[in-house]
Amino acid sequence: MENERKLEEFQQKIDANIKIEPKDWMPEKYRQTLIRQISQHAHSEIIGMQPEGNWLTRAPSLRAKKILMAKIQDEAGHGLYLYCAAETLGVKREQFLQWLHEGKAKYSSVFNYPTLTWADMGAVGWLVDGAAIVNQVSLQGTSYGPYSRAMVKICMEESFHQRQGFEIMVQLAKGTKEQKQMAQDALNRWWWPSIMMFGPHDSESAHSNQSLKWKIKRESNDELRQRYINKTIEQGHHLGLTFPDPNLKFNEETKNYDYSPIDWDEFWNVVKGNGPGNKLRINHHIKAHEDGKWVREAAKAYSEKINLSKKTA
Amino acid sequence: MSSDDQGILWEVFIQVKAGRAYKHVGSLHAYDKEMAMKSARDLYTRRNEGNGIWIVKAEDIVSSEASDGEAFFDPSNDKVYRHPTFYKIPDGVKHI
Amino acid sequence: MKDELIDYCLRLGDSSLILSHRIAEYCSKAPILEEDLAITNVGLDLLGQAENFLNYAANLKGNTNADLLTFKRREGDFRCLHLVQTPNTDFAFILARQFFMDCYHQILFKKLLNSKDETILGISKKAIKEVNYHLDRSSDWIKRLGLGTKESNERIQNAINDLWMYTDELFTDNSTDLSMEKNKIAPLSSSLKDEWSQMVVNTLKDSEIEVPEDIYYSLKYGKDGFHTEYLGYILAEMQHLPLLYPDATW
Repeated sequence: MENERKLEEFQQKIDANIKIEPKDWMPEKYRQTLIRQISQHAHSEIIGMQPEGNWLTRAPSLRAKKILMAKIQDEAGHGLYLYCAAETLGVKREQFLQWLHEGKAKYSSVFNYPTLTWADMGAVGWLVDGAAIVNQVSLQGTSYGPYSRAMVKICMEESFHQRQGFEIMVQLAKGTKEQKQMAQDALNRWWWPSIMMFGPHDSESAHSNQSLKWKIKRESNDELRQRYINKTIEQGHHLGLTFPDPNLKFNEETKNYDYSPIDWDEFWNVVKGNGPGNKLRINHHIKAHEDGKWVREAAKAYSEKINLSKKTA
Repeated sequence: MSSDDQGILWEVFIQVKAGRAYKHVGSLHAYDKEMAMKSARDLYTRRNEGNGIWIVKAEDIVSSEASDGEAFFDPSNDKVYRHPTFYKIPDGVKHI
Repeated sequence: MKDELIDYCLRLGDSSLILSHRIAEYCSKAPILEEDLAITNVGLDLLGQAENFLNYAANLKGNTNADLLTFKRREGDFRCLHLVQTPNTDFAFILARQFFMDCYHQILFKKLLNSKDETILGISKKAIKEVNYHLDRSSDWIKRLGLGTKESNERIQNAINDLWMYTDELFTDNSTDLSMEKNKIAPLSSSLKDEWSQMVVNTLKDSEIEVPEDIYYSLKYGKDGFHTEYLGYILAEMQHLPLLYPDATW
């Protein structure tokens, strides 16, 4: 069968770590998985601008303000690289935005949690960006060319994001009593959501096997999660703060940190759309989109007028 | 289908230093080339990566087909005499 | 002279600071992703300019720094222009405000390249490169909105009309201006008006936007410490944390 041969050749390419490019033949399921995954990754970056944007105007020093502004801007940029990578698969950005607004597309549910204090800027940068980095470094090896190249570019820019967050935590942890409490409170609230960013356990993850076979994913959810936990706990020791998990313990045998079972009810509830910020985040995005419609129409109309006048000139 | 219009897709090439080749760095949406050029600068040269920018409408790019592969590229592979490493130059001969 | 120099630096620093702050409020709300990125670049440049002027003012004052000036000063001690305090009503207002300020900044920084004050000269050298780009951007948007659709033309016309009254302040001279001119540190604000008007009117005409009438408004100005009602709210948000935790460093 023609298809079987193509599928075999495709798998050989994957196994040989040859990148798949937009014009290459690919199984329809591969294409669909990537369309969903890359665009949802893009949506996550864009929605992620909101919880941090929430504190931009209250940043308590000029340095903190400009760094946070640059970070949020980077996130917009990352979303942009990812939308463009997703578009190579034959779907336009307008469609991705429509799916997002209709609730047909998801984004990382971690961004549905509210940022309640300045310390959240530290926790989000340190933990959420920290988790994202572990995932993105792994994805640099993803099989789809445009996605892989976007990841390489993003990884280069991302490391300052985590340092920015950690620096805030350091500052607070060694500050006044209230600042230290603020930092501890933020860590308490963001730790579990950051761990859940890696998705369900491998045993519960339905699509994982195929994704791994096609090297869309290079490592499993649990592998990445454990890597993140190990490195983050060590960082946390420097802060003199405690993690909200009484069962966190270094396992001498496995050389990994053991941790309490994750509350998956909470996770699925938020993924389904019942988190504290789900409606808020989407409505904000929809509003910006609708408020800006007349601007996009004007820019388009102007471009068409210019083109017309060039042709008739 | 959405009634929204996010503009045309453009591919961006950056020349990092004068004299070097232009390298593809990514894409963006804009309604015309003036907007596209400005956006390219804002998007792709925030960290001083740029000395020159080229923008091209994605639809204008002509690319080789994946299936062209063998016929297109393999013949170059066996003409090793095109590479300087093919030639043996006695030791001590300079500037060659 | 020193007091006037400090006052002048605060005027330039505070204006860029508050304008940058207004842009920060707009983060994640732009009509298209590329614009969100671009306008944030402008905001970052302005923040940098603000910091430079506030640092200088702080050095001249002694016993303070740019952060203390930003986060602990009372409203009446700010010297920002009214124009930058105006809110982000819609994209047209944001761009009209930006365009007016970009024209002003370009003309001013060009003249400040002749300043006898080394620091101001240095700040202006850097700022002019940024401002040239800002003006290129904002004037382009004015044209796009003016000539785009009927709706965009109406909206930008409306914004230009409403913001026009705030432009007077850019060109009036107070004792600070007189002192700066006398000491060859900065030009009189009034000396910028003709060039600014020409620049603005040309762009408006090219964009099918009518130039509003020049009426005299009896306003007390931000550069003298009298502000719009907007500034109080801006500062309440901006200064909130350092005021709530006075002993903390951030």
